[in-house]
Amino acid sequence: MRIRTVGTQALLLDLARPEHAGAAGPVTDVAAVVEAWRAELWRRRELGELVAVEIVPAAATVLLDGVPDPPVTAARIATWTTTAPPAERAASVPTAGAPARLVEVPVTFDGEDLARVADHWRTDGPGVARRLRVTEFQVAFCGFAPGFGYLTGLPAELAVPRLPTPRPRVPAGSVALAGPYAGIYPTASPGGWLLVGRTEVTLFDVTADPPALLSPGTRVRLVDR
Amino acid sequence: MSGLLEVLRAGALTTVQDLGRPGWAHLGVPRSGALDPAALRLANRLVGNPEQAAGLEITLTGCELRPTRATTVAVVGADADVRVGQRPGDTGRPLAVPRGAVLRIGPARRGLRCWLAVAGGIAVAPVLGSRSTDTLAGLGPAPLRDGDQLPLGAPAGPPAPVDLTVPVAYPTELRLNVRLGPRHDWFTPAALDRLLGTAYQVSPLSNRVGARLSGAPLPRSVAGELPSEGLVLGAVQVPADGQPLVFLADHPTTGGYPVIAVVADVTPLAQARPGTTVRFHGPQR
Repeated sequence: MRIRTVGTQALLLDLARPEHAGAAGPVTDVAAVVEAWRAELWRRRELGELVAVEIVPAAATVLLDGVPDPPVTAARIATWTTTAPPAERAASVPTAGAPARLVEVPVTFDGEDLARVADHWRTDGPGVARRLRVTEFQVAFCGFAPGFGYLTGLPAELAVPRLPTPRPRVPAGSVALAGPYAGIYPTASPGGWLLVGRTEVTLFDVTADPPALLSPGTRVRLVDR
Repeated sequence: MSGLLEVLRAGALTTVQDLGRPGWAHLGVPRSGALDPAALRLANRLVGNPEQAAGLEITLTGCELRPTRATTVAVVGADADVRVGQRPGDTGRPLAVPRGAVLRIGPARRGLRCWLAVAGGIAVAPVLGSRSTDTLAGLGPAPLRDGDQLPLGAPAGPPAPVDLTVPVAYPTELRLNVRLGPRHDWFTPAALDRLLGTAYQVSPLSNRVGARLSGAPLPRSVAGELPSEGLVLGAVQVPADGQPLVFLADHPTTGGYPVIAVVADVTPLAQARPGTTVRFHGPQR
């Protein structure tokens, strides 16, 4: 781990292994380390041992923003470890905003790009759906739009490229793949991910607690609708 | 609810803003909030509101409003003509607006944005703890349109006993202090020299998400994509074209382009018109 300074009030825990810095790397391994640190930092904040307005996990980093004294905090974090493997930890961490709960999302696998994904995976449409149904995903991080979770769980060899030209409008509820990630569009927006299906589940609801169905750490299964 | 604010002319972009919705970035929710929080806080104090009350952020072209009850307002920020009915008002001080009188905020003569506080605050329903319009994620109330009616809250206290505030500066050249990183090591030494040694201009494509700059492109020493990582207010992100972009309140929570430096205080950019010169000031190298 390397702790980078970000301005005067933030720290970036860089968890990419040096040999993969700047490359995608084995995303699932890094994601597990990121999730372990996210959960640990969240736990420390709940206990009052860490002050940070934001704890923002991402592909290979965790950002702490709104930190009153970054050098002091960085020195303390350097003495911390994540003590349990992520899977075990996930079940036991008392987290306020990110319970390691399992969410089942009913999906109709009829996306416009199903055949394209099937080609990449050397299978057919039903084969893609089968593979997605048996995969246990986990929300590695959110971004792009409120409630848009980047789901890890697919092996690296099933990574798919984005569309060369993004679609101007992807409907809300679209289940899609890009790179090593799966994701579900919470609202209609432009998007370049490959569409494999759709769901009618509400992904983001400002009146719900928590507002995002898929928050970092959440385990996800895509099931037949 | 205690009266309404009728929108007679919304102007180019007038939004409801308070101090934003920090604490939700891990769900992909931007911070949002007034681009110059100190200006909104001052306007609120001038009318006797708590500093975090919601007001209006008015961009360049001004707007016209009519409260359905007598109230006190204050305008802080850009240099603009302010009128209550036919009576000339002023920025930076509390103004009494009689019931039914029209409050006109003219186009900005200098600067770009001003913040209007109304006694009692704009009482639209909060979303995730904030009434701010988030122009990136679409949270909070939509930007104002002609004919809108905004609910006003009950006045919390008397207007501040103040008759003068410090004038706002509208420099044509901004000096912004930056701290390098977190990804300055993705750039060539020449890029760091250019960032800290040459002038950039604010592009007309700038908005609440970020101030886009044009000038000497910043070449990278590391090719390829940066895995998405968390972003902070003031992050100077460098997309593929090498032209820096300084993130403002409606910035996305994560991004995949390297951040070469972080601006310590972005509030001067809230008043920076397109064409304004920006110089970054960093550590001696």
